[in-house]
This record gives sequence, C-alpha cells and structure tokens, in this order.
Amino acid sequence: MNALTSLSPRLRQRLMSAAAIVALFLLWELACVAFKVSSIVLPRPSEIFTVLFTKLPLMWPHATQTLYTTLLGFALGTLAGVLIGAVIGMSRVAYDVAYPILVGFSSIPKVAVVPIFVVWFGAGTVPAVLTSMVICMFPVVVNIATGLAHTEPELQDVLKVLGARKLDILWNVGLPRTLPYLFASLKIALTLAFVGTVLAETIAANKGIGNMMMIASGNFDVPLVFAGLFILAAMGVALYVASALIERRFTGWAQRGNELPNG
Amino acid sequence: MNRPFIELSDVTLRYGRSDNPEATLALARTTLSIDDGDFVALVGPSGCGKSTILKLIGGLLTPSSGGVVVNGREVGDPRRARIGLAFQNPTMLPWLTIRDNVMMPLKIVEPFRSAYRRMKHSEYADRAEALLAAVGLKGFGAKRPWQLSGGMLQRASLCRALIHEPQLLLLDEPFGALDQFTREAAYLANRICVMSARPGRILEDRMVGFPRPRDVAMSYAPEFSELVQALRLRIAEARAPGEPPATPTEEAA
Repeated sequence: MNALTSLSPRLRQRLMSAAAIVALFLLWELACVAFKVSSIVLPRPSEIFTVLFTKLPLMWPHATQTLYTTLLGFALGTLAGVLIGAVIGMSRVAYDVAYPILVGFSSIPKVAVVPIFVVWFGAGTVPAVLTSMVICMFPVVVNIATGLAHTEPELQDVLKVLGARKLDILWNVGLPRTLPYLFASLKIALTLAFVGTVLAETIAANKGIGNMMMIASGNFDVPLVFAGLFILAAMGVALYVASALIERRFTGWAQRGNELPNG
Repeated sequence: MNRPFIELSDVTLRYGRSDNPEATLALARTTLSIDDGDFVALVGPSGCGKSTILKLIGGLLTPSSGGVVVNGREVGDPRRARIGLAFQNPTMLPWLTIRDNVMMPLKIVEPFRSAYRRMKHSEYADRAEALLAAVGLKGFGAKRPWQLSGGMLQRASLCRALIHEPQLLLLDEPFGALDQFTREAAYLANRICVMSARPGRILEDRMVGFPRPRDVAMSYAPEFSELVQALRLRIAEARAPGEPPATPTEEAA
C-alpha cells in the first residue's frame, strides 16, 4: 500500500482507472465461467480478445472504413454545424426562423433517414457519411449559436468603437469566445458520428464494422460481434483523447483552474 | 473658426423602445461641442448619462433623436475619426496575451491594418511593449489578462486605447472608483461639464484656466481647492433626492 501512496497523484489515478478496467473484465470472465453462460449469449472477454487478435487482418479493412466514414461525416457535420450556428448566433431573425426547423429535424430518429439516403445515393459509403454528418451536426449548431449569442457586448464594443466590420468582430471576438463551447460540442458530436456511421452500416453497406457485426450476428458468431464493439469503443476513446488534447491547446485560457502550459 | 471636432446637437437617448413608457430616458436634449485639441471632463452623479455620451460619440449607440457629428462625419460613417476608448471595466480579451490585446486596434484600424498583414508584426509588438513599459507594465506583455490586477489591467487598457494614435481619446471612469475624480479632472482638463441626475443634461460648463504645465503644488493652491469644492457641491446638488451619496463617477472626453 505504501508503494501506491508514494506515487504521484496523477500516476496513481491512471493506475487506478487501468485497474478498474482490468477488474471489470475479470469480473465478466468469472461470471461467465461461474454461471456457465454460453458464448452465443455472452462471450467471455478472453474469447473476444482471441478473436480480436486472430481475425484482425479480416477486421482491419472494416475498421478503417468505419473510421474513414466517421471522420468524414464528423468533419462535414462540424463544418456545417459551425456555419449554421454562426448564422443563427449572429442574427436574431435567423435564430427565430431556423430554430424550430432544427429542433424538429434533430428530433427525427436518424434510423428513419438512412433509407432515404440509400434511395438517393445507393447503398455504400455516402449514406453512412451523410447519416453521421446529420446526427453530429445538431450539438455543434446549438453550442456555436449559444456561444455567439452569449458573447459579452463589452468585448464586442472594444472592436466596434474602432470601426470594425461585422466579420472582424466575428473573427476576433465571437469565434474565440465560442471555442470552449465548440470543443464541448465536438466531444458529443464525435461519439454521435460513430453512432451514425454504424447505424447506416448496419442498414445499408457492404463494408464497415457495422456491416461486419450484422453479418457476424447472422452467423451467430457472437464473439466477432463483441470484437466489433470493442474496436468501436477503442476508436471512440482514441478520438476523444485526441480532441481533448487539441482542446487544451486552443482553449487553455478558459481552463485556467487546471494545470496550464503557460506561466 | 472651424467646425468643432465633436458636435452633439439636441441629443436625446432612450434605452428601450420609444413607445415603451418604461424606457429609461438616459439623456435629454443635450447640446455640447468640443474643439479639436481640447480636454473636457464630464462630471456628475452616478447614472447621469456620462457613459451614454461617450458611447454616442464612440458610435456604440445611436441617438433616439438629435445628431452626433465627429470630425465632420455622422457617427456610423466608417471613415470617421480614429477613436480610442478605455472602458470602466478593462475588458481585455481573455484568450489573448496582454501584448496581443494592446495590439488589437492595429489589426482593425487602417492604415495599420494593411501593414499588419504585411508582417509588420514584430515592429508593432515592440510598439506595444514600449507603451506597456511607459505605464509601468514592462515585462507583462506575455501574461494573460487574469494574471494581472485590476489596476494593471486598467493601465493596459489605456495602452490599447492609445496604440493606434487616436484623434479622439474617450476615457470612461479611467482612474478607478473615485471620489477623487473631481480633483483629477480639475488637475488634468481644460474644461469641465457638470451633468444633472438622470435624464442627464449639462448644468454647468466651466473652463479650467490654470496654466500648464501644472504641478502637484498647484493642486494644493487655494484657488484649485475652491474649484474642486465648487464642483463637488454642484454634483451633490445635482444628485437626485433620496439617492445615496454615492461616490461621483465620472469620465473625461
């Protein structure tokens, strides 16, 4: 115990969260063995990891396809979200007009939209990219619009008195002020983009983790289904960490409570 | 004599819509003209519309009626005078360093704007550092706004108001919370306007004839004290009855 307490708090935190993950898998493994759960119902983690390693070459193209689709959809969704959010956040009229439409649109279950995309563009990558784009757009729009609408008028006055144009104010005050909001929404959007991609892949695709999981569950290859889930989770965590790192780089000024790079 | 540099003619300003009976009348039919090169201090009880006048001149507000002309151009004209404004609150942009905050006007205002693009960046950074050093903030350029005290931020915001060599400098309560300001105004300005309680009107327009350069000894001379006392009495009278004897909050234009 002494060895553990002598570590730095940060490292200890890391170790403890790693231990929690390992403990979860151990518990799962033991429960499966103890209650004799069939691997068609719930495969043991050891089985899943075996499948992960033995079938990795087979799963790799699916994983890269899903990653590619997700990132593309995420990028397009973020871009569209920032543009729409900027317009809505800057203009009272646009806010009033567009908000009901946006809320209505975002309330539609995206499963219902996939078949329409398939009719328009055919099965494959395009519907998956579009689904992930529309599903991750909404949180970005809302956050950008909120951030812009809540920019302190005093900060804008600093530039207005200099005769700044509206675009100057947006670029120098509005957008930097909104960055923390943007990054908060990007984390949500990123995970939603995965949901959208896999959703579309399970419905209409011939490639991708979602497609692979559908086929595997059709063949009652449940360990492979779980292996697919693990890959999705791993990709999600990796991208989340990446976005958190970028966030700290760009919005350090808003997080001064934590440790800070600049002194 | 040419046209005055700043002309407020019969300006009324109402916050809120004019058909709303609860709209606050901040300024009532104010007429004021200020010549080029003059130094005018506006003093008066709190809430009397001093900040409103500054915002009107700075183009941040449009008058409900009447006209505001600066340097021969209606407010809102993009070719109007270069204006530097330091606010009551320092309002530094928190994501920029102090130096970048001070340099902000150079990014916006012509002719500096074009030069800024042509990579005159380091030259401008030197200019910002020199200004900061002049107000005793040498070496603070790389700090973030939250790392400085309120008074330091106020000095930095003065630098930001000056860096683009403005033709008109507007200072909104530049020296912090002050009963002191009446003294400061008398010490610095050429002319002092005393304003009434809301809705603001100019009650008294008084020239300050002390010779320049003025030194500290002058600020203890009997005639100086008399002026300050007269001004303070005038402000006290102007204060609406029943209002707490708040510290008079003032600004200089």
